[in-house]
Amino acid sequence: MTNQINFTIDGQEIVAQEGQNILDAALANDIYIPHLCHHPDLKPVGACRLCGVEIDGGHMTMSCLEPVREGIDVRTDSPVIYQARKIAIELLIADHHMDCLACAAAHDCDLLTVSAYMGVQPERLERLRKTERDLPIDTSNPFFQFDPNKCVICGICVRTCDEIVGLGALGFIDRGVSTVVGTFGNKPFVESVCESCGECVVRCPVGALAPKKPEFAAREVQTTCVYCGVGCGIYLGISGDEVVSVRADRERPTNEGSLCVKGRYGFNFINHPDRLTKPLIKKNGEFEEAEWDEALELIASKFAESKGEKFAALASAKCTLEENYLIQKFTRAVMGTNSVDHCARL
Amino acid sequence: MEANDKTVLICRGTGCESAKSPAIQTELMSGLQGSDVEVKFTGCHGMCQQGPIVIVEPQGTFYANVKLKDVEPIVGSLKNGGGPVEKLFYKDPATKEGLSTYHDIPFYSRQKRLVLQNCGRIDPEDIDDYLAEGGYEGLKKAIFDMTPDAVVQAVLDSGLRGRGGGGFPTGRKWKFTQDAPSDTKYVLCNADEGDPGAFMDRSVLEGDPHAVLEGMAIAGFAIGAQKGYIYCRAEYPLAIKRLQIAIEQARERGYLGKGIMDGDFDFDIDIFHGAGAFVCGEETALITSIEGNRGMPRSRPPYPAVKGLYDKPTLLNNVKTYANVRLIINNGADWFASIGTEKSKGTAVFALTGKIANSGLVEVPMGITLREIIFDIGGGMLDPNKNFKAVQTGGPSGGCLPESFLDTPVDYDSLIEAGSMMGSGGMVVMDEDTCMVDVARYFLDFTEKESCGKCVPCRLGTKQMLDILEDIVEGRGKPGDIELLEDLAVGIKAGSLCGLGQTAPNPVLTTLRYFRDEYEAHINHHACPAKQCKELITYHILDTCVGCGLCRRNCSTNAIIGEQKELHYIDQSLCHKCGVCFEVCPPKVFSVEIRTGEVKLVES
Amino acid sequence: MTNSIKEIDGAKTIFVIGANTTNAHPVIGQRMRRAAQNGAILLVANPKEIDLVRVAHTFIQPKPGSDTALLMGMCRYILDKDLQDQAFIDEHCENFDEFKASLDAFTPEFVEEITGVPWEQVAKVAHTYATNKPAALFYAMGITQHSHGTDNVMAVANLALLTGNIGKESTGVNPLRGQNNVQGACDMGGLPNVYPGYQNVTIPENKAKFEKAWGKLMSDKVGLTHTEIFDAIYEGKVTALYMVGENPLLTEANAKHVREALENPDLFFVAQDIFLSETAQLADVVLPAASFAEKDGAITNTERRVQRIRKAIPPRGDSKPDWWITSQIAQKMGEHGFDFSAPSEIMDEIASVTPIYGGISHERIEEVGLQWPCRDENDPGTQYLHKGKFARPNGKGQFVPLEYKQSAEIVDAEYPLILTTDRSLYHYHSATMTRRVAGLEELDSNEWLKLSPADADQFGIEDGEWVEVYSRRGKVKVRAQVTDVCPTGVCSMTFHFHESPTNEITNPALDPVAKIPETKVTAVRVEKVS
Repeated sequence: MTNQINFTIDGQEIVAQEGQNILDAALANDIYIPHLCHHPDLKPVGACRLCGVEIDGGHMTMSCLEPVREGIDVRTDSPVIYQARKIAIELLIADHHMDCLACAAAHDCDLLTVSAYMGVQPERLERLRKTERDLPIDTSNPFFQFDPNKCVICGICVRTCDEIVGLGALGFIDRGVSTVVGTFGNKPFVESVCESCGECVVRCPVGALAPKKPEFAAREVQTTCVYCGVGCGIYLGISGDEVVSVRADRERPTNEGSLCVKGRYGFNFINHPDRLTKPLIKKNGEFEEAEWDEALELIASKFAESKGEKFAALASAKCTLEENYLIQKFTRAVMGTNSVDHCARL
Repeated sequence: MEANDKTVLICRGTGCESAKSPAIQTELMSGLQGSDVEVKFTGCHGMCQQGPIVIVEPQGTFYANVKLKDVEPIVGSLKNGGGPVEKLFYKDPATKEGLSTYHDIPFYSRQKRLVLQNCGRIDPEDIDDYLAEGGYEGLKKAIFDMTPDAVVQAVLDSGLRGRGGGGFPTGRKWKFTQDAPSDTKYVLCNADEGDPGAFMDRSVLEGDPHAVLEGMAIAGFAIGAQKGYIYCRAEYPLAIKRLQIAIEQARERGYLGKGIMDGDFDFDIDIFHGAGAFVCGEETALITSIEGNRGMPRSRPPYPAVKGLYDKPTLLNNVKTYANVRLIINNGADWFASIGTEKSKGTAVFALTGKIANSGLVEVPMGITLREIIFDIGGGMLDPNKNFKAVQTGGPSGGCLPESFLDTPVDYDSLIEAGSMMGSGGMVVMDEDTCMVDVARYFLDFTEKESCGKCVPCRLGTKQMLDILEDIVEGRGKPGDIELLEDLAVGIKAGSLCGLGQTAPNPVLTTLRYFRDEYEAHINHHACPAKQCKELITYHILDTCVGCGLCRRNCSTNAIIGEQKELHYIDQSLCHKCGVCFEVCPPKVFSVEIRTGEVKLVES
Repeated sequence: MTNSIKEIDGAKTIFVIGANTTNAHPVIGQRMRRAAQNGAILLVANPKEIDLVRVAHTFIQPKPGSDTALLMGMCRYILDKDLQDQAFIDEHCENFDEFKASLDAFTPEFVEEITGVPWEQVAKVAHTYATNKPAALFYAMGITQHSHGTDNVMAVANLALLTGNIGKESTGVNPLRGQNNVQGACDMGGLPNVYPGYQNVTIPENKAKFEKAWGKLMSDKVGLTHTEIFDAIYEGKVTALYMVGENPLLTEANAKHVREALENPDLFFVAQDIFLSETAQLADVVLPAASFAEKDGAITNTERRVQRIRKAIPPRGDSKPDWWITSQIAQKMGEHGFDFSAPSEIMDEIASVTPIYGGISHERIEEVGLQWPCRDENDPGTQYLHKGKFARPNGKGQFVPLEYKQSAEIVDAEYPLILTTDRSLYHYHSATMTRRVAGLEELDSNEWLKLSPADADQFGIEDGEWVEVYSRRGKVKVRAQVTDVCPTGVCSMTFHFHESPTNEITNPALDPVAKIPETKVTAVRVEKVS
């Protein structure tokens, strides 16, 4: 049981939980403080230097690193804060490949959010020297790509792979302005220990780590992953009659927002042309398409000939509870045998 | 040692070693074999440009620039009881007079050597030499005659402040770490000396390693730590070697390890090799590096005193800070507090370098003026015909102070007030031939390369400032660039995560403050007043040229045209501005002129 | 799992034996790595140097098939050092003395010889597991797929009982289940010996209960298991097979035998699937099923959590949900009790006959699901089992005396290597789904025989070469990958790739109780393809 902490942000009364940081508390109360390197799942590092606040009139301090304290008066803006933020965001933009229209993050870019908040002026940007950089894009992974030219070195991907995935496939390479995010030895992603889970892609605040084929779901349906026994909660993204994306369910205790490569990216089999769409009946060694009635009649009559010990059924660990229940009920009650099993042992 | 026993001390600091002092030592030993003259080696004397240095005790005869061929006369004078070898005396740069001892040499006579007191006097690889000078008496006094609280109080009362540059009161740091509750605490020594040209810490480690170990052990006793690490950059192999020897000897003699001096205090020290990143001199980056991670700073608070190495309370001080500790314990806080100024106690060690006659390490009491250091100890300008222009203190985090600040007392607060800082102790003297914009560019080039890349203002801001400064010195400066530099500087100082970024704009800010006209000349008139920025200068041959052909023959690009005994001229399209023509033109002719501000620039 | 996935966060010791968690259960693998980073001690026992070893504090490498010896050796060490939880044993367990006596055989020398693990390492793992509590134990098919798999499971249980690491939060005996609803398929009585909710078919009251509920007379004879079914088909004893969503041609040990059985001309074989799998191609009738995205229902995960799946898109073509198809077959046969209009109605019937699902309904599991046992509509479900007392009639946990049994197949001069099976992170089971995802196929597109550099040398095999792997049942062609992951004497393959059907050579020797085949230990030799 955590204690409640009362304090004010820009004069507004805030109630937060003990241990929460000021930035999270502000965001939870719809007070925006600019930030790029913060993610609620990760330990704060204070690298982007955008979320500065002043507490009780003191020096600027990063709100992501500052725990809430009873009775403090937090200011999210001041001339010093404004100057530090302004310079930081202007430098970021001068360093960034701003091909926003073609960018996968165009609709969900924290850099654009911060610059909109700060009201970045073109004439100020023109004074700055642009970074000349054209690093190769790593397209080695089939599901996502990494464009270091769009990377803001917030380190969210590095920390995600370390703190969430526990893998540490990513790190910082080189230093200063040459710093890039990369795998051990700066090899392509697929040649590293990367497990392609995409946790970093989900959390990238800009378009540096982005799905190769960004799809926009018109609606989402909450369900459970089809693969292993962990049973991760997911949302299927639907566009028209097709599943176009998978998003992890943060509320489900099984996975709490995490997914693996199969769960996140392995859904295209649903739309695969190999899908069976018609009952097939083998005639003279060849399958022929049939209507349901014909197939069901045939099965009913054949099964009727093999009741009792002559019948066996294999249920499925891929089917639902209800379906397995019906298969064993059918086997036991209709066919009169207990010879029902499934591949639990394989 | 009896009064008539002679000892020859040969310096084997890194500088003298690279000038073959080990071979000289071998020669001395073989030459003096069988005599009653003992040959020993020592750490650095600080006056490295005069090395190798040989001292003959008890007279204290000081021989400078000793070569292998000089061994024979030295041996001869010692064996035959003749007088000293006068030609090896140090020559005063002003009077050209030969000075025979330390005390005669102004470079030394005006210093107050506390931290460096054993450097150049004892054999750093022999603990007995250290013990003979009162070594480990401070530790003994601390653990047997004092309580941890009393030790902390003594350091507090002494007024000692951090010698790494920041100047935080050392006693308060000790108190915080002592007060932090934990069974496990660490004592770290920051020996990641990285400022360009600075070698104070290295000299202490090479010349008097036990003083640092003793200081750390006293600190361990005071704060309740059992383990210490010295984070020493791997580029200091000699310092690491001597530290290792010192640690082993101290363990053997019971000054480190379990049950120190048969008491119940346990403390041991290991060396951690830094891999050469400047930012690892920042305390949180240093800690992160010891933990085995990429050396990047963490945001503070929490401070290391509360949550440091492996999240345990950690005391981190500079080499020289620890070297001062035993002096405070031995001589008392009052004695230490009597040296220096009201707020800056004790001495400061500087690496004096640049356009100065006597470069080297100097230790002075706090409060001495810049003028005394530069002109009395340093002997003034390297070229007496040139004027003093500025002095840079505090390394890449510091600033450049002009002539009007020469009477500023050297202490933490006065230097900060002037826009510079004490820093870890670099002091670069510049003469009139120095372009201050180029100096700023040089330091930004350093910080930009050494930025770890973690935070936005430092990573991108230092690069932006460097780009602008490069544009200015190369003639591409634009109106508004000065204001942009100032704008960036404020944002970077306010926004950066660690000290590296927070101080990186200082060289620009101080040069803008005191030498703004130079920036304006570069930008508005494409002129470099110091005539140093290649892109902004041209070489011309005046009509006083006698046609000797010296410049023509030396020009590597064949840009100089002219017949023998006839007036020469420079084809500007071929000139690479190397300046060789200027240098070779005979002084009595003096027909090559450097011009600036007249250059037609290609529009970029 | 006796305990819940989330409880991994609170465990001080995590012991993973016979499971390649980061490949087969990646999200649990992530959580284990995270726990290890946050201070939990991670112990890994596996014949291969699996990825989890990178973050493990202690890794021991027992020979395949030696788990009982290892686990009993750990028990012996714990008792020798008096590290057992005697109060827990006295209060909650039975049969301790018999069990203790059976440990006499497991001397350090014996355990070292059988497992190949130095005794100090066995001791280290045992010491940590017994003293750094709570300790949670996880296993998967590396424990169960043996001709003595039941013994292995009992040995695991003995270890947990001995140290009191059960019936408490962040402890437990935690088998990691392979498929999304393998737990549920078992819960629903998709087994030859039990009705839904593990109600034994041989107990007359149970039979009577279900006969009443379903309105039909039923058999009290335990049915055939998976492997036995194919034997019976082969022998002509079973003449009709209804197979839903399985692909035994790739997954069953000695798959060649399965093929021969299914090719029996007297068999009427109905396959129901979303793809025309290798096995379905042998069927007489194939029924197109809807995928998980095209139907409603519920599934139960490895921690007994009953969760919803929901229809997100219409079924492809004329495909239908499996529940609809089975209901239709029954109805076509004139049966009652199959006229459901929605899965939620079926779930209500399940709840009415299955005590551990008594409180489960679609309505209650909308958001995050419920963990069984959940006996009535007010029951919040069960986070971990055996709290306070064991779920056995007398409430006591039972120690089981064990002796070491060799694997059914051991190496000899002709078959000098042990082949063990494994899974790829990028594929799932027989890969009918994952190999149809272009990106997954790109990341992992063919089978590899992994073998140690020493064995590769021995057989003159270069990395990347095509080889044939022979067992006493046949051969498969596969490319070789020379890797330190395998110790000398052990090689491994997955079973995802129909081009290299691993299970055509694995050993179908069954555990006498669980009837699980010994796919983890097959004696093989490797030959270069000339």
